[in-house]
Amino acid sequence: MILASTLTTNLAILVLAGFIGFVVISKVPNTLHTPLMSGTNAIHGIVLLGGLLIVGFSGGGTFNKVILVIAIAFGTINVVGGFLVTDRMLEMFKSRPKSEAKDGAPEAPDGKAGGS
Amino acid sequence: MIHPVVGTFLQNSDFLDVLYIIAFSLFIQGLRGLSGPTTAVRGNRIAAVGMAIAVIATLLQTGEGNWGLIVLGVALGTAVGVPAARQVKMTAMPQMVALFNGVGGGAVFLIAWAEFRDYGSSYSGVPSYVAIFSVFAAIVGSVSFWGSNIAFGKLQEIIPGRPISFGSAQQIVNLVLLILALAAGIDLITGAHSQAIFIGMLLVAALLGNAVVLPIGGADMPVVISLLNAFTGLSAAATGIALDNTALIVAGMIVGASGSILTNLMATAMNRSIPSIVAGGFGGGGVVEGAEGAGAHGGTVRSTSAADAAIQLAYASRVMIVPGYGMAVAQAQHAVRELTKELEARQVEVSYAIHPVAGRMPGHMNVLLAEADVPYDQLKEMDDANPEFQRTDVSLVIGANDVTNPAAKNTPSSPIYGMPILEVADSRSVIVIKRSMNPGFAGIENELYFDPKTAMLFGDAKSAVSEITAELAQI
Repeated sequence: MILASTLTTNLAILVLAGFIGFVVISKVPNTLHTPLMSGTNAIHGIVLLGGLLIVGFSGGGTFNKVILVIAIAFGTINVVGGFLVTDRMLEMFKSRPKSEAKDGAPEAPDGKAGGS
Repeated sequence: MIHPVVGTFLQNSDFLDVLYIIAFSLFIQGLRGLSGPTTAVRGNRIAAVGMAIAVIATLLQTGEGNWGLIVLGVALGTAVGVPAARQVKMTAMPQMVALFNGVGGGAVFLIAWAEFRDYGSSYSGVPSYVAIFSVFAAIVGSVSFWGSNIAFGKLQEIIPGRPISFGSAQQIVNLVLLILALAAGIDLITGAHSQAIFIGMLLVAALLGNAVVLPIGGADMPVVISLLNAFTGLSAAATGIALDNTALIVAGMIVGASGSILTNLMATAMNRSIPSIVAGGFGGGGVVEGAEGAGAHGGTVRSTSAADAAIQLAYASRVMIVPGYGMAVAQAQHAVRELTKELEARQVEVSYAIHPVAGRMPGHMNVLLAEADVPYDQLKEMDDANPEFQRTDVSLVIGANDVTNPAAKNTPSSPIYGMPILEVADSRSVIVIKRSMNPGFAGIENELYFDPKTAMLFGDAKSAVSEITAELAQI
């Protein structure tokens, strides 16, 4: 019984998440296709968590450990690299807002980018 | 029996579940931000914060086990990922995304494999849904890993960009591989006790990833990468169900869904359908036909000099710049910006026509031109730019090829027939800056170059543009 309800709860979450994914990305300007692809790419690096969980709880034999360390490294590359690359792509758009960027003023009105 | 991971997770889940809920809310909020130009930078950072929270929550529950290995894996990944992301040139972004996507898929199938070995190399002791989702993750992860690496190889030009295929047998080969992978998967789900079968399944899936992507021509690569990105998302969601991890399910599925939409948007922008791209062979037979067609034209190519081009531009009142991959390769965006300034000083009205798939990824040109401080309002998307060409005196095509090819409108036999193009041929005259007469990425000859009103300026985009600017200054 408990297993069945875990499965159905998770399936419900799966379906709802699918609809959210469809709705969130319904309308995107062409310009943002590449950064958006790169951003979603970083997000699926979340699979890193799977590696952390398995290695944290059991790990198994040496060969398993090797596989899992590689998996964690791959997941980390996916996450860290993905977000950094997306950020770099988007940096390019920063000086571009509609507010008549005066050639001389480096970071005038929208200086809310925060640290990095 | 329940897997230990699942069991312990159920025991102390409330606090960690709340952290996961915060994390995936941030993912959703971040993605919403990423789909609008003014909010995109913040959106990406919001998603990154969500990821940090998800990782911390996970580390909290992994308890005492194997910290050394975790640190080792994360350190390795950071040591590779950070410099790669920092140093990659803007022109190489598409293949970088492919590579990052590939390692994500690699992580998925490795995790499924380790999990299988943890169960004692058989799914017979675990609920069948765990087996089904694990097998799905393993197959799709492996396909995504190999497919993305091939896509990377093609864009990086390690592997030829042209389609490589078994010809008409391709579909059958793909189908056989798919059936083999599924058969191995079903065997495992029904309780087969064999690691050899699992490894065999991974290998067949690897062959399938190669077989699907190799026949696809370079021009379709962005769509393929987007599709594989959605696949990796789905496989991560499947991993989430197998491990009973909400964060994985939500994040993976959102990527799967939004990735599919994005793939469709990209394919629409190129007037290609996803099935026909995956069926492959874009430009396979068409390369030869296209080349012969242009030869049969008997047309001649007129070449020009930087000085002549400068004069032509100086006395125009409207100039449309059409950038393409050639501009990206030569890093010519700053030189182009200089040329524009010089022309504007002479009261020439300059704008840029951006094809949705110019370069090798949608938005590629916008990123490069924004880097060179080209004002955003000078960039015209295809639908706004096309009516303008009739009023344009000179179109300056800088390293763009297929997106200007009139064959897409006039030649039904052309492989790119039906793709929306920039109607450069409508303008009064055309100057094309190009390294040579070699056909573009899709491998198709461009009729535009044989048009009597077109002049070719052969050379590297950056030096050619700089020469024109220098000549302009002397007029």
